[in-house]
Amino acid sequence: MTYEELIKETALADERLVVMTAENRALIRNLPAVLGPRFIDTGITEQTLIGAAAGLALRGRVPVVHALATFLTLRAFEFIRTDVGIGQLPVKLSGFVPGFLSDGNGPTHQAIEDVSLMRGIPGMTVFAPADEADMLAMLPAIWASPAPAYVRINTRPATYEHAPFEMGKAEIVAEGTDVTILTYGMLFEQTLVARELLQAQGKSVGLINLRSLKPIDEAALLEVVRRGSLIVTVEDHFITGGLYSILAEVLLRNQLTTRVLPLALEERWYRPGRLSAVLEHEGFTGQHIARRVAEALGESGATISAGPAVLENQFAE
Amino acid sequence: MKLEQKEHLQQLALRVREHIVRLSTDGGCFTGASLSCADLLVYLYADCLNVRPDNLTDPTRDYLFLSKGHDVPALYGTFVELGFLDKDRLNQHLSTDDHIYWHPNRNVPGVEFHSGSLGHLPSVALGVAMDCRMRGQDNKVIVITGDGELNEGTVWESLLVASAHKVNNLTLVVDRNHFQANVATEDLIPLEPLAPKFEAFGCEVRRIDGHDFEQLEAAFSALPFSDTKPSVIICDTVRGRGLPSIEARADRWFCNFSSEEVEELLRELHSQEATTLTSETLTVR
Repeated sequence: MTYEELIKETALADERLVVMTAENRALIRNLPAVLGPRFIDTGITEQTLIGAAAGLALRGRVPVVHALATFLTLRAFEFIRTDVGIGQLPVKLSGFVPGFLSDGNGPTHQAIEDVSLMRGIPGMTVFAPADEADMLAMLPAIWASPAPAYVRINTRPATYEHAPFEMGKAEIVAEGTDVTILTYGMLFEQTLVARELLQAQGKSVGLINLRSLKPIDEAALLEVVRRGSLIVTVEDHFITGGLYSILAEVLLRNQLTTRVLPLALEERWYRPGRLSAVLEHEGFTGQHIARRVAEALGESGATISAGPAVLENQFAE
Repeated sequence: MKLEQKEHLQQLALRVREHIVRLSTDGGCFTGASLSCADLLVYLYADCLNVRPDNLTDPTRDYLFLSKGHDVPALYGTFVELGFLDKDRLNQHLSTDDHIYWHPNRNVPGVEFHSGSLGHLPSVALGVAMDCRMRGQDNKVIVITGDGELNEGTVWESLLVASAHKVNNLTLVVDRNHFQANVATEDLIPLEPLAPKFEAFGCEVRRIDGHDFEQLEAAFSALPFSDTKPSVIICDTVRGRGLPSIEARADRWFCNFSSEEVEELLRELHSQEATTLTSETLTVR
């Protein structure tokens, strides 16, 4: 099953679903022939795309809307906030190449404030699957929900067998007593590597794939906090407004504090390049993450070896 | 149009203008911008569109989207006069106990969608029109924009897309009252020649006097103008129409009058045989 096949299957079973795009067809090239008038390409017009999606939703449709994550969430932000948000309409936003996945494009294309922006809209839900399998497990529930939703589209092949998706629940991959890594989206793959590398050093490492950033699985976060060990947030997002901020909000709301190491982008865009080079340069390969965690635990991390080579991205418009 | 129908619409429009004047106090409202489109809204709801208090959830009804949301007092007045909205709710203007405020919202029966941020509803109306067409329904989908609103690129973006998709059940109506918020349009971002701009964006255009019910009827009853293009109707209007003391004044976009001024304006409204300015004799003050 692919993303395109899932949409096709869902749309053929549910006539409310319409597929819209601002000329981003990388994942949905075969849908025009299948969906006919229920496939709407508005051209490079993110704002009109969202306004029209709101209009279609007013008529009872569930538009699944595609554009590059950065142009979708930034260029069309006010349309999302004002038309979809105030309207509380079931528009489903599929953001292509979010975070590090826009690898070689450069800062114009880096959606690394999207989680912050989207979760700031009342009623909006926000999801970041770890890989394609995770995404396909999540999307049916996301599309079936009456809530507006933003999804960080991620078609990277899975390196982990995921549990079934439950709305608002994180996936607890492992519990650990020395450190727990919290992450979402494409960096899950690297944190999985980091965990293996740290376990090999004798560390007990917990790992949580958040999946949903809004609603957030507060119970899962509080459980980790109560364990009392170091928490590491790992995200391809600005440090402001993403997972680190969410965790801080949860802690404060519960009158708690704990030791947290945030691995995120601080006050700068990342250096563009092939994905492997980006992760290497920015310190987000499994090896880098493991070393940074080891250092936070007071150890050198120098003996931590490299993980498997990073699978490069395919160009996707 | 029969004389008695025309007189009926004129009487309705007069009462709508009364509502607008009465809303222009205790916090005020966008008086000038509302008065310019009162005749247009009265004509559309009383004589043109298939939308009534009893078919507001019928998917085959006609849709009107007020993109220049700040003229909502004209819509409130029209809705009260035509039985969409309880008149008492206008006494709750700007009260947090109700939802009667400076821009439209869906808590007011008859309002199809909220607006206030300019340049939004052409695209929302486009989505609605696309869906009507997809379902084989021939509803009219009308979106009213201001002329200052045409500064917003998204109006033109929506028309590009509507034109590309041949959405001929979409009609964009411009309340061409010749003013931005504070300045005459032609002194800030000149729009003329306006009709050729819309034509260049693939629309079929007519230009009429937006205060003349016969011209309104002639234009709207000819919709859709084309089998393949969106329609555009430019309604030349006068800001503040109906109240000569505030007509075509740059400083009468938003008004917050004293209760004495309101009474004076109501007398002025009723003392007019016909208003002094028409869009043709308009001189921007």
